[in-house]
Amino acid sequence: MRQVRRYNVALWVVGALILVGCASQQEPEPAAQPAAPVDVVPVQSQPVQSESVQAEPESTDFDSRSRPLTPSGRILATKFYFELDQARLSARDLRLLEMHANILTRNRDRRLVIEGHCDERGTREYNLALGERRGNAVSSFLTSAGVRRSQIEMVSYGEERPDDPGHDESAWSKNRRAVVIYR
Amino acid sequence: MKKVIWWAVFTSLQGLDALEIVIDRGNDNPIPIAVVPFASSNSAGDISGVISFDLIRSGQFSPIEKENMLSYPSQPEDVYFRDWRILGMEYLLIGRHLSRVDGGITVTYRLFDVSAEREVKSGEITAPRDRMRDIAHRIADDVYEEITGIRGAFSTRILYVLVENIGTSYARYKLEMADSDGERPRTLFETSEPLLSPSWSPDGRRIAYVSFETGRPAIVIQELESNVRQRLPSYPGLNSAPAFSPDGRELAMVLSRDGNPEIYTMEIATPARRPRRVTRHLSAIDTEPGWTPDGKSLIFTSDRGGRPQIYRVDLRTSLTERLTYQGDYNARARLLPDGRHLVYVHRREGIYHIAWQDLETDEDPRILTETSLDESPSLAPNGTMLIYATQDQGRGILAVVSIDGQVKYKLPSSAGDVREPSWSPYLDTLSATRGF
Repeated sequence: MRQVRRYNVALWVVGALILVGCASQQEPEPAAQPAAPVDVVPVQSQPVQSESVQAEPESTDFDSRSRPLTPSGRILATKFYFELDQARLSARDLRLLEMHANILTRNRDRRLVIEGHCDERGTREYNLALGERRGNAVSSFLTSAGVRRSQIEMVSYGEERPDDPGHDESAWSKNRRAVVIYR
Repeated sequence: MKKVIWWAVFTSLQGLDALEIVIDRGNDNPIPIAVVPFASSNSAGDISGVISFDLIRSGQFSPIEKENMLSYPSQPEDVYFRDWRILGMEYLLIGRHLSRVDGGITVTYRLFDVSAEREVKSGEITAPRDRMRDIAHRIADDVYEEITGIRGAFSTRILYVLVENIGTSYARYKLEMADSDGERPRTLFETSEPLLSPSWSPDGRRIAYVSFETGRPAIVIQELESNVRQRLPSYPGLNSAPAFSPDGRELAMVLSRDGNPEIYTMEIATPARRPRRVTRHLSAIDTEPGWTPDGKSLIFTSDRGGRPQIYRVDLRTSLTERLTYQGDYNARARLLPDGRHLVYVHRREGIYHIAWQDLETDEDPRILTETSLDESPSLAPNGTMLIYATQDQGRGILAVVSIDGQVKYKLPSSAGDVREPSWSPYLDTLSATRGF
């Protein structure tokens, strides 16, 4: 009996080693993505362009890779982060989103996809809804700032698409986010 | 408290699968049973190991190892009850396989009560030869029911989502179906976009799940026999959390087409399908619907009170009552077949567990799982066990716990993250053809 047990354990260990071997072979290479979120705070406050002064689409709104730019020409942040279980945007995020709204009102042909995301804690379906709530927070701010509803598309991925696949607070804080993507 | 740890290893044609079973029981003693290796007229694999393993996993039996048996009878005239009494056995199962000229196989078995010295159950099962595991699970079901009085749920399947390369741009999402013991996994659908919330139709012939394959969430119904997939017309926003009604005619789901996640039901048998709205709560998330066994009400998660809690709504009167009060996060509830007991995800001190609650008493919910980030509880059709998703060393795995919390085991996977298990209803695995 004892011998049989030990034999089984040994076999299991062999099995585990094989599995570990397989797992390490399939280890994905680190994904090519920017290491840190680009967080640009306006250096000086810019006067908000009003709808009536609406001008020609400005070529200075995007860089050569079609990334949105601040009035001072720096790359505008496209990720906005949230507290656990929350969908509230910070005052700084609202300032950044105002710049996005300005770009979108100047460029009526541009469309925006807003993605809502959550960290892995909590249930998947609730997180799908929470991700939508986060996306809605961004979307309703943009529409109240003059962006047309038809320019915006929103999709919640809940916890299904983490930016950081880790399982600690540092990963979770990167995953609770809304992302705006220009099309 | 006695803790028994079983290490079991099975080599199969697919490779090596290891399953660690930790059975944690109180004063209750598992029933000693001898499952004698079945006699075989050919080289067909012995199924007694599969039967033993099913019985072990129930936590209610402790099969003796075959090396400790004094004899290996395969027919009644070879049974000497004294041999089994000496070993302290309460039950004895013997059997034999016979090859048939048509390529099939017939397995006969007999179950004896050792102290009464009599046969209590016997059976004969004929099936194609590649259905040996199905035959074994069927016999385990018969033995389990004969001895415990509860219908066995070994001849069932589990659906789950397997994700490879999560967090990278080449993640793969696979909808998998395996036997209830995790064996014979096969992929039903695969995409580079998220898949979630798989669930079964009550007859076990169809499944529903959420797929982002078009870039937007849509509910898909897939026939298991033909693999025909049908995407339901999707609305702007969420299209998610599908759950078949107990009669299989309706699907409960979550849509946010009116700007906010609400629960809907939809007839799926009729051609003109139009979702019927069940909840109306403009500022709250209402999601994760599940049916009561009588099909007259839905249970669901809502944060209308500020935090996610479980509610029940009567579909005819729309009367809604709150069911959970302990803690600030209770979600994804499912009712036991008795309609009286609830299992759900419960957060306590930042840890997510599976909890169990009796709706007819005021007792506090009982925490069934000691792991963390536990979610997606799904009940076996006989209500004795539930499967759920948890994390083990940073990887998503599936685990099973009995409703009394005393039996626990993990189903490790060899690669990727495994999540969102859904336990099938009772299935006729021996008559079903492709897909099973």
